[in-house]
Amino acid sequence: MSTIEVGGNSPRSPLLGGQGDAADRWFKAVTVGAGAIVLLILVGIIVSTTSKAWPVFTKEGLGYFTGRTFDPGKQSYGILAYVYGTILVSAIAIAIAVPVSLGIALFMTEVAPRRARSAITSVIDLLASVPSVVFGLWGLLVLAPKLNDLFANVHDAVASVPVLKNIFGPSGGGRSFMTAGMIVALMITPIITSITREVFLTVPRNDKDGALALGATRWEMIRSVVLPHSNGGLVGAVMLGLGRAMGETIAIALLVGANPQIVGNLFAAGETMPSLIVRNLPESSGDYQAALIGLGVVLFAITIGVNVVARVLVSRIDGRIKGAAA
Amino acid sequence: MTATLLDARPPAHDLDLREAATSRGRRLRDKAATGLMVVAFLVAFLPLLFILWTVVSKGISVIRADWFTKPIPDVGSFANAGNAEAFGIDPSNVAVAKPVYGMQPAIVGTIIVTGVAALLAIPLGIMGAIYLNEYGKRGRFARTLRFFTDVMTGVPSIVMGIFLYTAFVVPQGTSGRSAIAGALALACLMLPIVVRTSEEMLKLVPNDLREASAALGTRTWRTTVGVVLPAALPGVTSGCMLAVARAAGETAPILLTVGSTRFTNWSLGGVNTSLSREIYSNATQPGGEALAWGAALTLIAIVLVMTVLARFVTSKFAIRQT
Repeated sequence: MSTIEVGGNSPRSPLLGGQGDAADRWFKAVTVGAGAIVLLILVGIIVSTTSKAWPVFTKEGLGYFTGRTFDPGKQSYGILAYVYGTILVSAIAIAIAVPVSLGIALFMTEVAPRRARSAITSVIDLLASVPSVVFGLWGLLVLAPKLNDLFANVHDAVASVPVLKNIFGPSGGGRSFMTAGMIVALMITPIITSITREVFLTVPRNDKDGALALGATRWEMIRSVVLPHSNGGLVGAVMLGLGRAMGETIAIALLVGANPQIVGNLFAAGETMPSLIVRNLPESSGDYQAALIGLGVVLFAITIGVNVVARVLVSRIDGRIKGAAA
Repeated sequence: MTATLLDARPPAHDLDLREAATSRGRRLRDKAATGLMVVAFLVAFLPLLFILWTVVSKGISVIRADWFTKPIPDVGSFANAGNAEAFGIDPSNVAVAKPVYGMQPAIVGTIIVTGVAALLAIPLGIMGAIYLNEYGKRGRFARTLRFFTDVMTGVPSIVMGIFLYTAFVVPQGTSGRSAIAGALALACLMLPIVVRTSEEMLKLVPNDLREASAALGTRTWRTTVGVVLPAALPGVTSGCMLAVARAAGETAPILLTVGSTRFTNWSLGGVNTSLSREIYSNATQPGGEALAWGAALTLIAIVLVMTVLARFVTSKFAIRQT
């Protein structure tokens, strides 16, 4: 009879405890510490940025959020124009990226033959792996000059229509809210597509087959079964895309035109919170530096809020994904 | 009775199941929807092709042997050579008439900053993932940690840049900007991604392996290190490579923390530069466009090689999700 050695290097049964227990406790403590570092970073961000920005928050009060002048010369810091720019660029990006992503995700899950699916996935992954500064470079040197002509033509075409002539106003040289929004749309399409795809994959096969068996066309099946089933997850996916769009910095810094203004004209130059920070923080000091870091705090608060809501919505779907896999 | 029921059924030839039996409007709408999906794909695919083609065709012309060995040229001097002609001076009399395109400082900087960030974030991230999947599981602390790690993956990279700028660069005064500051910022960005992708990979390791190991009397930590980690290694590796590839292209945190230089700096201290930074600063500088395209091609090549390698590792060695 061969002997069975129990407990690895410890001769005693693991049930009785012993030397190994200490090693296990140490190992667990180290892993807990490693995980907790993520939380420490989160706390670190909040404490260090807020404390640096505090002088400006107390000095400007609510005016920090409602003021339109952000000028170290006048010692006045109001961020409204930058908040407006961030919201407008993200809104344009979402308006373009959401239908495109939904279309691609539906194409991948419901229409494309199996072999084409992995090819499409590779294309989307490739799009996700292009660094944002490269999007910015291409947008600035290749796309913006072409868009300038296009914007001018669009403006001429709607010049006599009351509201549209203000929204699609005179082109300001190709760098604009619209240019930035279009490039950001391209950048957030991969994340929205991949999460939307996961959500669509949770739709039960039986429901889809049932609709088709009742004589529905594929589009009717998508409208009556796939989309209603995916509602919450889709909102989560859009929110994640929105969070990305609001935090996008470099491509926007190159494309938005660096001119903080609150105008309805989508073809006019503007400025966003992240792009102002990255342009000016390295050479700033004193109150101006505090005001820029304050912008970072506001941006952080907004994106954390958006992400928390998105994660809650997506994690509800996550449960279903796991249920479907089991 | 059965006979009457059968009789009540409509005769088989009345049920027209051909596609043509569907009304014209419904068929058209179905075709239109499918067409729009293809258009959506093209809306994403054609710009991607256009971008890659532009970067390759414009970038390839400056990439010679000098590109990898020489310092970054002073773009201002190109502009002066150009202006000289406008002022009626022979451009060949101006100091730098024929530019030597070099990018070594940025290539070295990118490798150092991203490499050190990876060395910091990957071990910590894998340990964190081990806690979540092997110890914490569905416990309250683990759930909280998992949730905030997910939320952290959505924190904009500029915010990490501001964090390191205020907490690390500013306190050190003028000497604060360095490769190590940039590496810390990128590590903070990578950490949550590494934790979550590694956890997903650990989750795919079949429980049978853990139980078999435990049945031999092995403790959890030895099971984890000796059985679970090796099984999950290919997936974890590819997840980490994707995180590194993303970090290599980051620009905003680098602009705030690394400073800038035209000369190669192999050390962790002192100002440095990166490919992404050179793309950004040369894009808006007259005469810098060739440098920007060349740097973009170099950066995309690095990122794509890592991404493709990661996919290869996944498809060859990783445990498949079923």
